[in-house]
Amino acid sequence: MPTVKVENVTKKFGKGKIVAVYNVSLEIKDKEYFSLLGPSGCGKTTLLRLIAGLITPDEGKIYIDGKLVNDVPPEDRGVGFMFQTYALFPHMDVWDNVTYGPRVRALPTQQSDKLGREMLEMVRLYERYKALPRELSGGMMQRVALARALSAGSKLLLLDEPLGALDAKIRLQLRNDIRNLVKDLGLTAIHVTHDQSEAMTMSDRIAVMRKGEIIQVGTPQELYMNPRNIFVANFVGEANFLEGHIESVKDKVAVLELRGNLRVKVLNEGGPRKLEENVVLAVRPEAFLLEKGRKEAVNAMFGSIERVRFEGTNLRYEVRLVNGDLVVVTCPTLSCELMEVGEKVTVSFSPDKSHVFEYPRVGLGQELTAE
Amino acid sequence: MIGIGVLKFLDKMSSKRAVRYLVYSVAVIFFLSLILVPPILGIGFRWGQVGQVFENPGLLSQAMSAIYVSFGVAIFVSVIDIVAGLPLAWYIARGKSRWLNVLDTFVDIPFILPTVALGYSLLLFWSRPGGFSSIFGASLISPGWLLVVLLHFVFSFPIIVRVMVGSLLDYQRVYEEASRTLGAPPLTADRTVTLSILKPSLVSAFILAFARSLSETGATMMVAGIAAGGKTAAFVNGPVFISLVGKDSAAAVFVSLMLIVVAITIFAVITILGPRLRLPTKKVWPSLERRFSGSNFTISRNAITIIIFLFIVLIPSLFVALPAVSAITNGTLSQALSGTGIWQGYWQSLILSYLVAAAVTLINVFIGLPMAVLIARKRVGGPLSAIMDILVNIPLVVPSIALGASMSFFWGNFTFVPEIVILIFAHMAITYPYFVRSMSSAIERVSVDLEEASRILGAKPFARFRTIILPLTKYSLFAGALMVFTRSVDETGATLAVLSSTSAFKTAPVRLLDWVNGTVAATPSDIGLGIGILVILSFAVLLVLRLVIRRGEVKQ
Repeated sequence: MPTVKVENVTKKFGKGKIVAVYNVSLEIKDKEYFSLLGPSGCGKTTLLRLIAGLITPDEGKIYIDGKLVNDVPPEDRGVGFMFQTYALFPHMDVWDNVTYGPRVRALPTQQSDKLGREMLEMVRLYERYKALPRELSGGMMQRVALARALSAGSKLLLLDEPLGALDAKIRLQLRNDIRNLVKDLGLTAIHVTHDQSEAMTMSDRIAVMRKGEIIQVGTPQELYMNPRNIFVANFVGEANFLEGHIESVKDKVAVLELRGNLRVKVLNEGGPRKLEENVVLAVRPEAFLLEKGRKEAVNAMFGSIERVRFEGTNLRYEVRLVNGDLVVVTCPTLSCELMEVGEKVTVSFSPDKSHVFEYPRVGLGQELTAE
Repeated sequence: MIGIGVLKFLDKMSSKRAVRYLVYSVAVIFFLSLILVPPILGIGFRWGQVGQVFENPGLLSQAMSAIYVSFGVAIFVSVIDIVAGLPLAWYIARGKSRWLNVLDTFVDIPFILPTVALGYSLLLFWSRPGGFSSIFGASLISPGWLLVVLLHFVFSFPIIVRVMVGSLLDYQRVYEEASRTLGAPPLTADRTVTLSILKPSLVSAFILAFARSLSETGATMMVAGIAAGGKTAAFVNGPVFISLVGKDSAAAVFVSLMLIVVAITIFAVITILGPRLRLPTKKVWPSLERRFSGSNFTISRNAITIIIFLFIVLIPSLFVALPAVSAITNGTLSQALSGTGIWQGYWQSLILSYLVAAAVTLINVFIGLPMAVLIARKRVGGPLSAIMDILVNIPLVVPSIALGASMSFFWGNFTFVPEIVILIFAHMAITYPYFVRSMSSAIERVSVDLEEASRILGAKPFARFRTIILPLTKYSLFAGALMVFTRSVDETGATLAVLSSTSAFKTAPVRLLDWVNGTVAATPSDIGLGIGILVILSFAVLLVLRLVIRRGEVKQ
């Protein structure tokens, strides 16, 4: 029944100058598929390595199954770890790689053979048991690495960017395979990735990390629907950010004045806001409604199409509003009206599909940069 | 302005195919005619004499035993070196403490010390009055096989540590981490994964230590216990045997030939079988290896390896400093500076040594560069380049006294060639691989993409070499050149073999060997000071090397 609890963990590198993980607390439930999501350098891999015991925290406590494991070396933590580069032992064939765990744990040969066979059959590679790692394709190596990580019978699987090195198509296929496997075997999985769509499609819950700290933890839907701040709104999914200030507040509705005296209504969520407070309005490209010509609607903003891009599933329009702001609007290719560059359009959005954030102290541009 | 004109002219010339072929052919012909072929032919010229040895069973058995002893000591010492050196390399590569940098520097000392200095230092420490051994009343270890083994252990120890530290630092620890997460305790992970992956470095470290032990002559002769008169010794290996019987005797030809053939055979066998050799990784003893992975065991292992390094390697190597320091106070120094008595010859030898080394370095750099490019960029096709690569390394594994002997057999036929030129040729042959090796592997590390980018931007072949390869490899070039230089200053075996006994061209190590073995009357103060001066000059070279390499690291 693997649960993982991380309590106020801090890890520094380079004589304490680089703070990789700062005061992080987390609880991961049994049989949960949990992702650590963030840009490169945010500390997500460090956190995973701390949980595996490959490095030890400077401060804080880590519990696996309710047992404090700070002083337990990795070989005794009973975790399966998949490395980004797979780390298949180059001098051993597939069979020796997969049965390495049972062997170093001194299981009887019979049992370790049985486990090796089961694991290789599970990833559909039993017939390649004599191959050396370098003779396999990327996808196969990935499956062997998975089989090896699970062969020691661990119920806690840690995955460090497990799909990072694969082709786009195989990556999508393996997303499903890995999640199904974890669910079928009743494992707890912690998955590190910088790819938000990977985290969204695979996870039960996601922790978004930035600069060594956890910004928000929630289900994929929660993160998408209710991002806690500009960073999450930008990193999970995509969003347009428009600067403005609060002009009036009445009950549940606030009126924002954007640039060029453009006024829009939004829900007054997250407590009463001060008048004249500088804010940032966030609207997702898919939340905008795009129509030809000038149309009357709630929160209608006028503009003209500046650029069109065909993305396959969606059409992506960049619209220059009359106030000078540029917004991105996407709509499904098959149900969307085709418009051309220069066409006059109306962009509108429903108040409940927008988010209002405090204007960041460091400035909007700085807040949006990934690192 | 003229310089730029010359470069432009050379750039233009280099785009002509004939010019390129000419440069490469000159490099190859030079290598074949001066480095590779003379020793082979030289020994061939004396082939007829070998039969005489078989007619004299006593001599034959002595010769055979010298050959056995040479290889036996080399194998034994290399194995012990790995056993003792690997833990130290591990400690240096993996430890976090700052003082490891200091330790790392100290490890190089026996490597940079001239071997005659090492030999005399060990002799003083273990068996002469006034050394460590005098605590025990009499000489603790008298000159002979044990002292030779200690000496060979000391000078090949840094090679093993250096190679293994380098490869441990390059090693991707993710394999070790994977092994740990799969349940292996540290020692099991090191043994089944890390060591197996590092096997190629282990093999090349072994070859280097082995070749060095096989080849070393000067210091070995100091501690071999050669009796007054120079006809018998307590310890006789190949090089000692050759110098006892005189290089022109049939027995010396026989031993030289055997040393060359067997050394090359062993080298070939290791090169071919090394990659196929599999370290045992299947069997695991979890509870035992877990116990030996514990911190208590690790601490005591580190302690033992440091004690061995300090008391067997470092302190005995530096012991020669004592008489050198006392020489400053007891008047030997002023005598030396005034150049009277034996010191006159000393200064001549020192100057000769450095002049020869400078000439050898200059020639090898110029003529070795095209060869390095040829090998690194496979300019003559893959298989032929690989063969070149192996051929270039041959002088490295052949005992230098044997190489020198057969060189002198060859050039002896050309009486118009002066002795000093033969001496330079012999040193060139011995040091050639050091430069070409380090340079070709440095060029290999320069991505071909860079050269192609410069080519697309319009650079001619010579311009590509001078603007891309040279700037990116100049530290290796410098390091390789310094290695050639120090190796030449240090070289004793081939020098002894080339020079006639009455030669005027005694290099510094040969002169010091005469002093130590009592051929020339010299006091311990004389010898200490003579060696001390050589050591100080060697350290100056080491310092330059370190500074240059460090600067290179910072910039790259």
